[in-house]
Parts: sequence; structure tokens; C-alpha cells
Amino acid sequence: MKILVCISNVPDTTTKVTFTEGNTRFNNAGVQYIINPYDELSLTRALELTEAQGGTVTVINVGLVDTEANIRKALAIGAHEAIRINAKPVDAYYVAEQIAEVAINGGYDIVMTGRESIDYNSGQVCGLLAEMLGWPGINVITKIDIDGGKAICERDIDGGKEKVSCSLPCVISAQKELTEPRIPNMRGIMAARTKPLQVLEPTSNQAHTKVSVYELPPAKSSCKMIDPANAGQLIDLLHNESKVI
Amino acid sequence: MENIKRSNKQDNFQAPDFYQLDDLFSDEHKLIRDSIRQWVKQEVSPIIEDCCQQNYFPQHIVKSMGEVGLFGPQLPAEYGCGGLDYIAYGLMMQELERGDSGMRSTASVQGSLVMYPIYKFGSEEQKHKYLPKLAKGEMLGCFGLTEPDHGSDPSSMVTNFKDDGDHVILNGAKMWISNSPFADIAVVWAKNEQGIIQGIIVERGMEGFSTPETHGKWSLRASATGELVFDNVRVPKANIFPGVTGLKGPLTCLNSARYGISWGAIGAAMDCFDSAKRYSMERQQFGRPIGGFQLQQKKLAEMLTEITKAQLVCWRLGHLMNEGKATPAQISLAKRNNVDMALHIAREARQIHGGMGITGEYPIMRHMMNLESVITYEGTHDIHLLILGMEITGENAFV
Repeated sequence: MKILVCISNVPDTTTKVTFTEGNTRFNNAGVQYIINPYDELSLTRALELTEAQGGTVTVINVGLVDTEANIRKALAIGAHEAIRINAKPVDAYYVAEQIAEVAINGGYDIVMTGRESIDYNSGQVCGLLAEMLGWPGINVITKIDIDGGKAICERDIDGGKEKVSCSLPCVISAQKELTEPRIPNMRGIMAARTKPLQVLEPTSNQAHTKVSVYELPPAKSSCKMIDPANAGQLIDLLHNESKVI
Repeated sequence: MENIKRSNKQDNFQAPDFYQLDDLFSDEHKLIRDSIRQWVKQEVSPIIEDCCQQNYFPQHIVKSMGEVGLFGPQLPAEYGCGGLDYIAYGLMMQELERGDSGMRSTASVQGSLVMYPIYKFGSEEQKHKYLPKLAKGEMLGCFGLTEPDHGSDPSSMVTNFKDDGDHVILNGAKMWISNSPFADIAVVWAKNEQGIIQGIIVERGMEGFSTPETHGKWSLRASATGELVFDNVRVPKANIFPGVTGLKGPLTCLNSARYGISWGAIGAAMDCFDSAKRYSMERQQFGRPIGGFQLQQKKLAEMLTEITKAQLVCWRLGHLMNEGKATPAQISLAKRNNVDMALHIAREARQIHGGMGITGEYPIMRHMMNLESVITYEGTHDIHLLILGMEITGENAFV
């Protein structure tokens, strides 16, 4: 079984977000980057599947050379090889186009992504990839097993669970409960030094979208205390001041 | 373990890096450090407070330490060890002691005082027999040098062995031995019939060998400490280290361990600083956070200054270790300075935390009590001063 796991390089969750160039660019000065946590779950589950049934796990990242530290981390966690598409990940469509090209040519059985990246949260790559590849796609899964050439997945739905299966090859995206992430051990980190990391040039440099401007959410205002006997004032404030009802 | 409570409190530790030392570390060093930090948050932080309160050694963690690679990371991969450099080893000890000095002690003893002498002075048979199992945490080791009446003066030790054909007969006792109550093997330093110190591996189960636990400690309460008692223990001669005689053997091991401690102390100091900084911004008095008052800021500013200096000392010392140039006196300077620094920071952080600082809600008092051992073992604060004094003047002030 050959599994391709897509990993994004995202700012650490404790990052204080600021912008530069007239609020059109994210300011990455001093920012520490991590593997997108949902992608890390996909990677771990892919390793569990190949450890149980045999096979290889390839990680793929669309990014410039500074993402290689996290690609090495993925190799240290246990991926067998890595591919980096040497391009800035401009938007979800662009990223999916690059990965689709590799997936078609690589003979993979499953392509795994996270449900969304925690920076832009678009959550589109899984669906776009499935469409571009013409493969079945199952989004936001909490469980996956492979049996008889089929992927059998579970998803959370309102008030319960949904069991979905599809034939291979397929594309899936991981939700939080899929598995527990692994911490790289020192033997893995040593082994990652010599695992292959292939750098490919992008198939297209055309971005389909452009960020016009970023805005931070409004700063938290001070807390207003309202007497429980005066519920009408609360309704009035929510309606006329906060404009939420 | 069933009586140990897992805390739900989130470990939000963030390390200070005021002089951007991260720029001096390779991506691999940072990955190693961050991996151990994550491991500590997952495996150590949720249980350590209760383990210390109950004076309980979480034995299950030995296997997990082995799996993540905390045992002998600086020794070669051919014996199942990490094959990493001394900067990596130092960063790992820093992160581990950020969790708890007792946990770091367990790893230091295993890596630097048991595995290192086996690697450095042992026969090939000894290396292949013990190192892979010790690296994986399938076997726990301890190191016997200190005796009840011979601490800072180990050359006066009385533990000894006499020839008995293929075996030797070992007699004597060692004290203040980390890991001893749970250890599978002990690296013991004893005098032969000529009065020359040699290293010998004693295995649990050998007749006449016992490891009574030391009770009533107010320090390193999550780490097991005990004695090693040898009552006519028959040990095969094949267990004697062929590669070293004299005090040089144990002192070489101590250099490696003391180096790790100098990094570890930074971890304890960082944890105290991080907790104090956070608390000073949350705790309100006189209508604003206490971090806004000059006396608290003085404490925090001095803590950060001392941590930054200690980080730079260790970074440089790590490179000297990698190049094989670090001297025992340089290691003494780092161990002495950094442990004292950490202890001072723990006391200042305790003040910032006010009354809360004496409870197990915060890690401060635990670090402070632990560091009282760390400033005493592996060469006391005063002995390291004498080592430096001798280095400066050429005069021996020990005797």
C-alpha cells in the first residue's frame, strides 16, 4: 500500500499574529512553524496502516526551502520518503494542483490530508484533490481501516456517527479523533538524516486568488455587568450595540 | 501507579530565548529539544507533582524514556544508542529537568554514569551485553562511588574485592545511589587487593548484593535513591572494566554527567521563571498585576539575565565537548554556576508566587527542593569551587 500524506507548514498555535505591507502579508518574523496538527494525525494513521499491512508513506509539502525542518520532522516520525514542491502555497487550489500531479504519477492508493490547515482554515484541499484526481473523497474522518481494497471510514454527524466506505484509490481528510500524534524519538531523528527528500518544481505558477487585505478581529472590550433583574437591558445591548440579535 | 493522580492542568511552558539562541542551534537540535519538551508535557508533567507528593518513583517511565531515546543519546548508534552530539544531549537534559530534576537524574545516571563507562572502559562483550538494553530502558542501571564515610574524597573508599579464581569477592557499601532500589545492574568502583580503584558491573540477583531504599528525602522525591550493600558478593572477573584503573575512571563519568546537569539546571530555572512570569501577570494586587511593580520586575529581570548567561555558557561548553576540548574545570564552572543560578531563581520565583508558591499547584517548591540535591551531588558547590581554584592558582586546596 502506498500512501501520500500532505503536510502544511503552519505557524505555531501560540503565535501572535501581525501583518506587514499595508496588512497584505502575514508577518512571519520570529514565528515558529509546525506541521499542521490535523496533517500530523493523517501521517500517524498512515504509519499505523502501513505498519499493520505493509507499504510506504510519502509526505508531500508545497513550500519553499524553509519548510524542510518540518519535512524532516515528518521523516523522523516515520515517513519513508518526502517530496517538496518548491513553491509558495498561495491558495488551496494551487496546492491541490501541485499535489494532484504527484498523486497521479506516483501510483498511490490513498492520499491523506488534514481536515483544514490551522492558519487559513480553508478545508478545501481534500475535496479539490478528489475532484482533480477523479477519486472518491471522504472528508473529516475520525476512523479509517483498509479491508479488501476498500477504505472504511467513520465521520461524526449531528447526534451520531456515519460509516462510509469507498474503493481505492481515494482521498481522505483527518479529524481530531483519528489517532494520537507520535513524538519523534532519537532513532527516528537520526534515521531522518538519510531518508530521501525529493524537490520538484511546481507545474504551474498561476495563483487563482489574491489576498486584498488582512484584518485582526476587534480587540476584546471590557465586560459589562448587568443586574439579573434588568434582562431588558441585556436584550437592548445585544440588539443595538453588539448587533448580534 | 494506580494511586498516582493524573493532573488535568495544561502544561503551558514556554522557554525564554532572549538572545535568540535558537539561531545557533541546527534544525535537528531544535527538533530534538522540541520532541523531548513535548514528551515531558505528555509523560512527566501530568504525574510529577503527585509522584513527588507521594515520594513515588514512576518506574513505568523508564521504558518510555528508552523509547524516546533519553538514555545514552551521545553514545554510538552501533550499540543501540542515539549517536547524537553533546549539544543534543544537553538540550535533552534541559528539557527533562524542566519537567523534574529527579527524572533528569534517572536519565543522567543511566546515560552518563552507567552506559558511558561501559562504552568507554568496558569490553566488547560488556558493551554488546548491556548497552542496547540500557538504551531501550529494558534495563535500569546505577552508579556506586560515594560511600557512607567517603563522599567528596572518593579515593579513600573502602569497598574492595579479592581474587577468587574466575571471580572476585566484593565487600563494602555505597550510599546516596540514584536508581539503586530498581536497578538491574550497578557500575561499582572498588579497590582491588593492590588498593587500585577498578570498575565492576554487579547484577541484581547476585548472592550477597542488596539495595535498600533511602527513605525520608525532601528532595528528588520522584526518583529512587538507596544504598548498595555487598556482602561477599561473587562477581565474575569478566564483569571488571578492562579499560581503566584509578580514580580517572569514575571522574571521567562524572564529567559527562556534570555536563548534563549544567544544562538540566537551566531547564529547572526556565520552568520557575516561566511560572513566575505567568503568575505575576495574573495575580492582581492593589488593582493591577503584581508584574507591574518594580520589585517583581527586578526579580524577573535578574532571572532572565542569569538564564541567558547560563544558556550561553552551555552552548559554548557543548561545542567544546563535541570537539573533545572541554576541561574538567570548565565543566565544574558550568555545573557550579548553573545549579546555583537555578536554586536562586527557584527561591525568587517562590517569593513572586507568594503563598501559592509553597503548594503543589505550582512547580516552584518541588524544583527548589530538588535543586538542593543537585547542588550537592556530582561534586558539591564547594568542591567545584576548589577545582576552579586549583585551575587558577595551581595550588591544591583539597588537602
